[in-house]
Amino acid sequence: MQVDIPQVLFKNRHLGRPATIDEYMAGGGYEALRATIGQRTPAEVLQLVLDADLRGRGGAGFPAGRKWQGIPADHVGTRYVVINTDEMEPGTFKDRVLVNVDPHLVIEGIILCAYAVGACEGVFFIRPSYEGDAKLIEQETQVARERGYLGKNILGTEFCFDVHVHRSAGRYICGEASAQIKAISGLRPNPRKGGPRTSVRGLWDCPTIVNNLETLANLPGIVRNGPAWFKSLARSESGSGTKLYSVSGMVARPGCYELPIGVTIRDIIFTHAGGMPPGKTFKTVIPGGASTPYLPETLLDLEMDFDPMKKAGQRFGTASLMVFDKDTCLVGATLSLMEFFARESCGWCTPCREGIPYVRELLRRIEGGEGTEEHIGMLQEMLPVLDLAYCAFAPGAAEPLRGLLTHFMDEVRAHITEKRCPFGNPPPHVRGKACGTRPPQFGPTPCPEDQCPI
Amino acid sequence: MSPLPPELSTELHRLVTAVDNPREAAVDVMYALQHHYGYLCDEAMHRAAEVLGMTTLELESLATFYDYLYRRPVGRYVIHVCDSVVCWMFHQDSIFDYLCRTLGVPPGGTTEDGLFTVLPAACVGNCHNAPTMLINGRFYDRLTPEAVDAVIAELRAGTEEPVRCK
Repeated sequence: MQVDIPQVLFKNRHLGRPATIDEYMAGGGYEALRATIGQRTPAEVLQLVLDADLRGRGGAGFPAGRKWQGIPADHVGTRYVVINTDEMEPGTFKDRVLVNVDPHLVIEGIILCAYAVGACEGVFFIRPSYEGDAKLIEQETQVARERGYLGKNILGTEFCFDVHVHRSAGRYICGEASAQIKAISGLRPNPRKGGPRTSVRGLWDCPTIVNNLETLANLPGIVRNGPAWFKSLARSESGSGTKLYSVSGMVARPGCYELPIGVTIRDIIFTHAGGMPPGKTFKTVIPGGASTPYLPETLLDLEMDFDPMKKAGQRFGTASLMVFDKDTCLVGATLSLMEFFARESCGWCTPCREGIPYVRELLRRIEGGEGTEEHIGMLQEMLPVLDLAYCAFAPGAAEPLRGLLTHFMDEVRAHITEKRCPFGNPPPHVRGKACGTRPPQFGPTPCPEDQCPI
Repeated sequence: MSPLPPELSTELHRLVTAVDNPREAAVDVMYALQHHYGYLCDEAMHRAAEVLGMTTLELESLATFYDYLYRRPVGRYVIHVCDSVVCWMFHQDSIFDYLCRTLGVPPGGTTEDGLFTVLPAACVGNCHNAPTMLINGRFYDRLTPEAVDAVIAELRAGTEEPVRCK
């Protein structure tokens, strides 16, 4: 890694293990908190975040400060902060790395957010495969509690705030804010359609701020060094701050890299992630996690930032770059993504529950060599249908399909004319989660023996 | 229903009282019962309903929804093999099929000795080490057929108490 790139979130990564509270404090940790609680008003903290133009790192890119402003000013009573560490977007693993580098950076960020919005309770929502991180956060919040940074009367002021870990049992949809709140409330996590924002009515009907973990981890830096410093970290005009880029797929050095916002995609893949592995040629990259379209090679010099990407018809998403080489079949890859989306859909609204399996079936036929020209039109017709879903899940699922049909139509056509996968993939076999293809029935359902031998 | 061991009852009580609203503990309570019973059998569901003050119907809607709550019997070790796009790219299919072939089970099946269940999983968040799988809360990185053999042999030989829910 080059030394001239400022490491803000990954400052303590060189330790190779989670930094302790003393190591964190030696680098200026909890200074922002000390300079804030009892010294600044919550409105001043909010203004800092607004000036810094901190945008959500969890995918949608909504400005964090504006989200916080959504809490009704006249609300009296409990407010919550929910720390979203669900992170089940394929290709994304930044939050796991971040928690394991500097747990106290995350904790300080959470407390600053709680102070700014006047929350008294935080819920750390974490997915089951990150059990180690859940334990680490529990252990480190206890350390912070003993030092007086969490709990009652923090730093001797009136401000009281505590955070506890909520373990999820694992479903992608729990990453959606309103679904996450339902999940915490012990309800089936279907996203809410319309209605008040979670910042107005969220957990237990109280105003709730749901922020991605990485977003909150940026707060200590912003508060300590100011919005101008934060903006200066970015390379692009409109951007601010650094970002954790998860790079995976066909690259020489897959991993998580902290780089400025606005760095070009070419730079990330070919400089920082070491380029392609020996003998492989670049074909395309999904730049922002599974819910973003394929990016053609001609756009490699695009800046990784919310607005320039949007302008180019791409999406920043979670900045998780999945790199594909020339030998990988993109129809197969899109099919794999659709398998994921079809399985993880909560099934609450029709476009998503019915539309994604329909797309999957069409892609299976094309990949299996049974596709016809007509299927392309049918796929195209499905794009606007998926956008009609209640939440952002199905529109996200439509993105890779849109990318495939926009930039790699040749590859789709080759499947149809050659009546087989030109990359030599065998026809896809139907394999879901056990028994997942049959209609859900109430209660424990013994399956016919030929289909499910559990 | 046979009575629960006192330590488990205490633990369930602790989980429910640790949060302001018992409903929030629904998943944690089901994890604890799953750990005790091996999976969420009907008895476990009734126990959970009792402890949480929720209906079995409500709990059913959770138990059948989540990936890491098992409403049907599973093996001692549940192997969650990631089959999302990055692992797929590294021919995950062949790893998955290799596992099923080696263990002699179809997808979702449990070995006759009750040791292993193989399940496809949505992205487990370990993409930089693809292809990958998750067993007992532990990631296994950059799998090859040889690596899979080694893992299976190690687990067969081991006496580690599985953390079923994690």
